[in-house]
Formats: sequence, C-alpha cells, structure tokens
Amino acid sequence: MTKFLELCFAGVALGAQYALVALGYVVIYRATSVINFAQGGFVMIGAYLAYNFHQTWGLPFYLAVVLAMIGGAMVGALVEALILRRLVGRPAFVIIMVTIGILILIEQLVPVVWGQDPLALGDPWGVRSIKLGDIALAVADFWTLGIVAVVLIVFFLYFKYSRMGVAMRATASDQEAALAQGIGAGLVIGVSWAIAGAVAALAGVTLAGGGGGVRLDIELVALAALPAIILGGLDSPGGAVVGGLVIGLSQSLASGYQPEYAPWLGSGFDLALPYIIMVIVLLVRPYGLFGQREVRRV
Amino acid sequence: MSSEREQPILRVHDIDVVYGEAIHVLRGVSLEVPTGAIVAMLGANGAGKTTLLRACSGLLGVQQGSVTSGMILLDGVRIERAKPASVVRRGLAQVMEGRRIFGELTVEENLRAGAFTRRDRSGIRSTYEHVLELFPVLGERRRSQAGYLSGGEQQMLAIARALMAAPRLLLLDEPSLGLAPMIVEKIRDIIAAINRTGTSVLLVEQNASMALSIAHHAYVLETGRVVREGPGPELLDDPEIRRLYLGASEGPRHSFTTLAPTSRVRPWMP
Ligand SMILES: Nc1ncnc2c1ncn2[C@@H]1O[C@H](COP(=O)(O)OP(=O)(O)O)[C@@H](O)[C@H]1O
Ligand SMILES: [Mg+2]
Repeated sequence: MTKFLELCFAGVALGAQYALVALGYVVIYRATSVINFAQGGFVMIGAYLAYNFHQTWGLPFYLAVVLAMIGGAMVGALVEALILRRLVGRPAFVIIMVTIGILILIEQLVPVVWGQDPLALGDPWGVRSIKLGDIALAVADFWTLGIVAVVLIVFFLYFKYSRMGVAMRATASDQEAALAQGIGAGLVIGVSWAIAGAVAALAGVTLAGGGGGVRLDIELVALAALPAIILGGLDSPGGAVVGGLVIGLSQSLASGYQPEYAPWLGSGFDLALPYIIMVIVLLVRPYGLFGQREVRRV
Repeated sequence: MSSEREQPILRVHDIDVVYGEAIHVLRGVSLEVPTGAIVAMLGANGAGKTTLLRACSGLLGVQQGSVTSGMILLDGVRIERAKPASVVRRGLAQVMEGRRIFGELTVEENLRAGAFTRRDRSGIRSTYEHVLELFPVLGERRRSQAGYLSGGEQQMLAIARALMAAPRLLLLDEPSLGLAPMIVEKIRDIIAAINRTGTSVLLVEQNASMALSIAHHAYVLETGRVVREGPGPELLDDPEIRRLYLGASEGPRHSFTTLAPTSRVRPWMP
C-alpha cells in the first residue's frame, strides 16, 4: 500500500509536467491545426534559462522560474513571428516539418551555448523527501504539483474569461468568422505560441528540479507527452491535463510494479506504456476522451 | 470641389475582384450606401454578392481574392486593401452568410467576441444592454452554448454580435436564408429597427420581397455586374424584377443579361 501511494503521488507529479507540455501542444493545435514538435525545445530552453537566472545571475529561485516562463513565452512568440507566420496557408505537413526543423535547431544550439554536461539547477527542493507516516514523498513533487496547479488555474481562468481567451476560442471555433469580428488570426496564433512556450519552460524547470538536473535530454518529456494529447483530444485543454495525469500515473505505476510482476515485458516498458494506452483509447474513442465534434445546428 | 450632398457612408467605385489571380468574379461594380439608408443588393446564387461584401469588410484575403481595380470608400477613406480589424474599427461590421456563430461558445461569449476591437468597457456594456433589448431571447439564453440555438436565434445572435462592434454601417449577407417566413419577417423588422437608430445597412438578399420591402434603394447584381438599380418601391413594382426575383411565373425565366445584350457579360476564358 505504501509503495502504491508513493507511486501514485510521484505519478501525479510527473503527470502534471506532461500536462503542461500537452497544454502547449493543444493551444497551438487549436490556433493552427498543427502539432508543434518544437515543444521539447522550449522545455530545454526553459530549464537552461532558469539555470542562468538563478545560478549565473544569482536571482531568487522562484523569480528565476517566472523569468524562465517569460523567456519561454518570448522564444515561442519569436519563433512564430519569424518563421511560422511566413508559412500561413501552407499545407499542415509542411508546417509540421518546419517545427521538427526548429526542434533540431534548438537541440544543436543549446549545447553550443550551455555545454554538453548536466548542470545543477540549484533549486531549494533538492532530493529531499518528507515522511507522511510510512510514505516518503519528494519535496520537489510537492512544489511541482503546487506550481503547476496555480499555473493551470490561471490558464483556465484566462482562457475562459479574458478578452483574449474568448478571442482564442472564437478563432478555434471559426477562424474566418473571428476575423470578421476583427480578431486577427495572427494575434491569436502569436499568443498561443507564447503560452505554449511559457508552459513548456515551466515543465523544463520542474523536470530539472528535484535532483533531475538541467540536461539535454529533458526535451524527451515532450515526446512522452504526445500520447497525452491524443488521449485527451487534440483540441481540448482540459483533456490535455487529464491525459497528462493518466500517462504520468500509469508510467509511474508501471515502473514500480512491472519489473516485479511482469518482467517478461522487458525493461523500459513504462516508456512504451503511454503509446499503448493511447492506441487502446483511440480504438474506443477516435476523438480522444474529450475531443469534440462540432456542435452546430443548422 | 465639395458637394452639398452629404457624403455616402459607403461608396464602391468601379471595382473588379479576382480570386486566386484567375477567377474574375466582379467587374466594374459601383454602388453607394447613403448615410442612414438601407440599401439592398439582390442577385441569384453565384452572382457575386458575398464577394462584394468580402471586398468591403477585408475578408477577401483569406479566400485568396483581391480587389484588382477600383476603390471602396468608407466615410471617404479607402478600405479596399484594409485588414478586417481596421475596417471594423472604422465602423463597418458584417453579418456573414450562414450565420457563422461560434457554436462552442456561449451566447454571451459570442457577443463579447463581437466587441473585440473595442476597449471602452462602459461603452461595450451599454451596447450589450441595447442589443439584449433588441433581442430579448438572447438575454434569456445568454449562458447557453450558441450551437444549440434554433436557426432563427442563431441569425439573431449573428446580427447581435455584429452590433456589439457598434457599427455605423452594417453589412448583412442573406439573413433570411433557410428561415421560416415568420422568422424572416421578424428579422426584417429588426433590421428596420436597427436602421432607425441611425445605423446604415447594406442588405444582400435573394429574398427580394423581404429586402425591397424595407430598402430605400436597391441594386441587382448578375454574374458580377450591376445590371439594375433604383428605389426599393420602384423595383418592387417592376414586372421584370417580379418575374426574376419574386417568383411570379409569367413566361420563361430569363436574366437581364439576355434581355439587354449591351450589358452581356463576356465569359471568362481560362
Ligand atoms: N473563395 C473563392 N475562390 C474562388 N471562387 C470563388 C470563391 N468564392 C466565390 N467564388 C466564386 O465567385 C462567384 C460569386 O460567388 P459569391 O460571391 O459567393 O456569390 P453569391 O454570394 O452572390 O452567391 C461564384 O462563381 C463562386 O464560385
Ligand atoms: Mg453568397
């Protein structure tokens, strides 16, 4: 039981990180109908920026987290303005290939700027854990959950109630009709990329914290988060969060129990599991758990 | 230089519109909407009515179309190359064909989206209240998802959403399309009421009897050209108009272009 609860808690914390990355995918998908494969690059940049703000320039850690998110937002908006804006109207696969190109570019650039070796983020969480009865819970997981919860709440309030949030949803619903109201698609797409960059950066920071370290391979979280959006429905921010949590939880439980109970599945099964779940869900619900078909009566 | 006559709120002067650099849809179209008037634009399916409205509202771009010659003046300012947002800010709002409400959003959110270009909170608030007075049913359903409204309610929402921009000129693209006669009458009365509050209207319709019953002036568009114009009541009494657009079935259907060879449209050659 103890082990189960520990795995669940760690799984939810991991899932929260997936949820952030998945949310970035969904926001961009809703604005452009394209999956942004550069998302993993934004995760890296976020972690390295936080390292600079905190370790290099000595700013307080939590300020560094906020600045890293702002930096991520700026990188996202910049990539959109400099590259993707020029591709408006091109076929989706062209744009997707370009986002892969951007990812490769970031992957090459980051080690040039920050080096190959892992860096210590210097977060106040460390590898400490606290005991709740018999259960040991990582401090970093607590903070990850808390920060992600706050950011998600802010995001959903913004999305639901702000002028820009309404405009973003209107554009996702009918881009041309939104344009007729004076809601420029370019503005919405730019804001979407900025949001994706910010949440990805936060995912990077939380991954690098808790002893994870600022490393080149944290971008892989973006690949693992991909099944989360397919699972939750490409166009559903709420689905992204649920999908992320499901993936994180199942991965955590699999890594805890599978070597013991089903060793014949081989090592690394937990990494494949998200994709297995994704395929099963898609067989039952082709639009994902929360994906919407159009509600439109004529 | 300056004429005594008040400047029309909209003047379309001799425009040509081409889609995709190849499909020539409007040819030398000119029209005027005098300030404060309701002007109707009649025409069969495919005549180019929607294209004309897109040219005015800046929506040609998304269709790979453009105004290749001529000009469009809103209050004397050229807008034929303007972006939709700047046209809306200048006081022109369009109700698109097929309603095009945001089905996943609530009624209230649809209306907020209509006010996107405005920043004056108190102004938006008072427009909102005014709009709900005009359409009480939208007030009752303001938290409903717009996709679940009836067709007539959706059309009202589309008009209300456009009004949220506080336009001085309202473009309506076939607001009667697909609606029951009783609802069409209601929509017509609402358009007349909107006009009485000082909003000029350019009303595109295939339903000529509806449009002509409230229009001060009307134009007829056929395969991309204006083939006829006149005061609303005059066109309403015109036997030719009656035959072509009001379903009076005397003799075979034919068009103005076949009646008047001088204005026959040369078919476009690829
Ligand atoms: N986006 C477009 N691209 C190419 N041709 C178009 C486009 N939209 C309309 N057309 C063509 O322009 C002509 C006029 O269309 P439209 O303006 O929609 O007419 P109406 O609104 O009077 O029915 C039609 O022949 C139509 O096929
Ligand atoms: Mg039309």
